[in-house]
Amino acid sequence: MTHEIIEKYFRKDMMPHIFCPGCGHGVLMKDIACAIDKLDVDKDKICLVSGIGCSSRATGYMDFNTIHTTHGRAIAVATGIKMANPELMVIVITGDGDAAAIGGNHFIHAARRNIDLTVFVFNNNIYGMTGGQFSPTTPTDDYGTTAPYGNIDQDFDIADLAKYSGATFVARGSVYHVDKTIRLMERAMLHKGFSVVDCMSNCPTYYGRKNHKGKAPDMIRWQKDNAVDSKKAETMTDEELTGKIIIGETHHDNREEYTAKYQKIKDRFVGGIK
Amino acid sequence: MSSKRVLMQGNEACLEGALVAGMRFYAGYPITPSTEIAELAALRLPMEQGSFIQMEDEIASIAAIIGGSVAGVKSMTATSGPGFSLMQENIGYAAITETPCVIVNVQRGGPSTGLPTSPSQGDVMQAKWGTHGDHPIIVISPTSVLETYQLIIRCFNLSEKYRVPVIFLMDESVGHMREGIEIPDKSSIEIIDRKLPDEGDDTWLPYEADGKEMTPAIPPFGTGRKYHITGLIHDEHGYPTSNSEKTNKLINRLINKIENNRDDIITFEESIPENAKIAVVCFGGPARSVKRAITKAKEENIDVGLFRLITIWPFPEKQIAKLSEKVDHILVAELNNGQIVNEVKRCARHGCSVHHIGKIDGTILMPDEILAKIKEVI
Ligand SMILES: Cc1ncc(C[n+]2csc(CCOP(=O)(O)OP(=O)(O)O)c2C)c(N)n1
Ligand code: SF4
Repeated sequence: MTHEIIEKYFRKDMMPHIFCPGCGHGVLMKDIACAIDKLDVDKDKICLVSGIGCSSRATGYMDFNTIHTTHGRAIAVATGIKMANPELMVIVITGDGDAAAIGGNHFIHAARRNIDLTVFVFNNNIYGMTGGQFSPTTPTDDYGTTAPYGNIDQDFDIADLAKYSGATFVARGSVYHVDKTIRLMERAMLHKGFSVVDCMSNCPTYYGRKNHKGKAPDMIRWQKDNAVDSKKAETMTDEELTGKIIIGETHHDNREEYTAKYQKIKDRFVGGIK
Repeated sequence: MSSKRVLMQGNEACLEGALVAGMRFYAGYPITPSTEIAELAALRLPMEQGSFIQMEDEIASIAAIIGGSVAGVKSMTATSGPGFSLMQENIGYAAITETPCVIVNVQRGGPSTGLPTSPSQGDVMQAKWGTHGDHPIIVISPTSVLETYQLIIRCFNLSEKYRVPVIFLMDESVGHMREGIEIPDKSSIEIIDRKLPDEGDDTWLPYEADGKEMTPAIPPFGTGRKYHITGLIHDEHGYPTSNSEKTNKLINRLINKIENNRDDIITFEESIPENAKIAVVCFGGPARSVKRAITKAKEENIDVGLFRLITIWPFPEKQIAKLSEKVDHILVAELNNGQIVNEVKRCARHGCSVHHIGKIDGTILMPDEILAKIKEVI
């Protein structure tokens, strides 16, 4: 199965990839390919758009229409692709820094518009590519190279940020929960509207080391031990949920999608100006 | 069909000309004195089955038009100084990824928020060097409403032909001016579209380019050929590399595709009377005051030459060198503290003196001020 997925969807001439041993990004990248494989869509119409960061390097390894843009701007470039040709399926691969810090404005406004993009945030709670500085999802009191005395910032919950900004499909997956994450990714791509999957990744090289989280397997085991399914979470108190990660679909609604709305304006002029 | 006479504003001519060029995607953020372009784009694009989007800022706007262009649609944005500053990183991205796009900058007084409703030509150097690193760029500047209409079409043509971002450097005086213009018959207008790979060509690589134009044939996303685009230095496959030989090859090709085609890209207006000892070099809106000053000088029996830049970058080095052979003095008139004047000094022959008249107070250069300076120089 893995072999087949690699043959079908990866650029072997781009290997070896840059991910460190044990990095969660590679697993998530393969999850995306597995989810795409299940889709009944023309693969030539799939565009993968990324920003800058370790996570954003994933687009280069995958054999689709791929564009590695500037730091934070993937969602804005993706918006242009989708507006110019709504027939294309446009998927964004981004990091927690790329999506929620430098690209935070684009993230919330694309969600507000409910434009049909699918955003996979490879969330490793740190800036990996630049060597371990804290990010908007680094938990308060954790360490980063720019938080040597502990992080005093409050962290964002990417799924909540998406939901309250107007995204119409929101879910969380993780490196540990492979099958579930693939299913969530598939549903996110099929959803007509702005969809976000907050994919819990792991950066053993920086976040793990700085915060004494052990080696990659320990970090992934932590995901297993602390995950609570979103359905079950609904029945739990805030106190019970402290320190847990909620996995699964967390929000879904059917608000009208942006390019479909715009098409209605264009349709008023089909056959000339009336 | 024949031509049609209409009263038009410069900003309006910019948008209408862009539609004729085939522009079908506009992303922008409002800013004086360019806002009318966005407003008209919102009104007119759906009528032409194109799309308009108001983005959350100018960084998003340039990013979105890069996306639109990658999807195969001719795309543009328009802004002024503060927004142009925000766009710089992605202008470099468009340059290295060879993504055609047109960025209109209707200049206003700066720096910073500066003088929002006043004319200026303060962004000449930023248009060339605003983004980091050595990179190709084309910059064109119109002097009238009619020329705005004609040159925005040229901007798209050059952008598509050489796959390079083109900056249309207007100024407030031209953007907000209304003139009666003769709209040319559409069938008389040349429209250039980007080159696509030959259908059966199975040796095609997205970033391989040769010939005089040195410009690759990159198809739109979704048309069957899959490839990678990155702002990292890349090889012919589009794959990232830090190999110094490949780096040299890419950057040199990007620069040379403009350098080797200067004669195709550079246009200008020149009229030098036989007895003229002095010529005025100018561009954009202020060229109109210069022309008036030259007429007034003629009334006083002083012959003055005119050299008006239309293409600002690449700079017409050869033409300015030639001009400096013909006259003893060159006066550069520009609405800034001295930007083009240094380029002219660099290109003029030794022995031809180069002078400057500029303004940074938000008012325009008046013909009498220019005339007085001409008399002072000769
Ligand atoms: C405009 C700009 N600012 C800063 C950088 C440097 N930079 C590159 S990647 C990165 C952080 C990436 O973090 P994240 O998005 O979380 O991805 P990760 O590497 O952790 O996967 C930064 C700050 C840049 N490339 N561009
Ligand atoms: S630095 Fe961290 S995020 Fe980047 S590849 Fe290594 S483990 Fe992954």
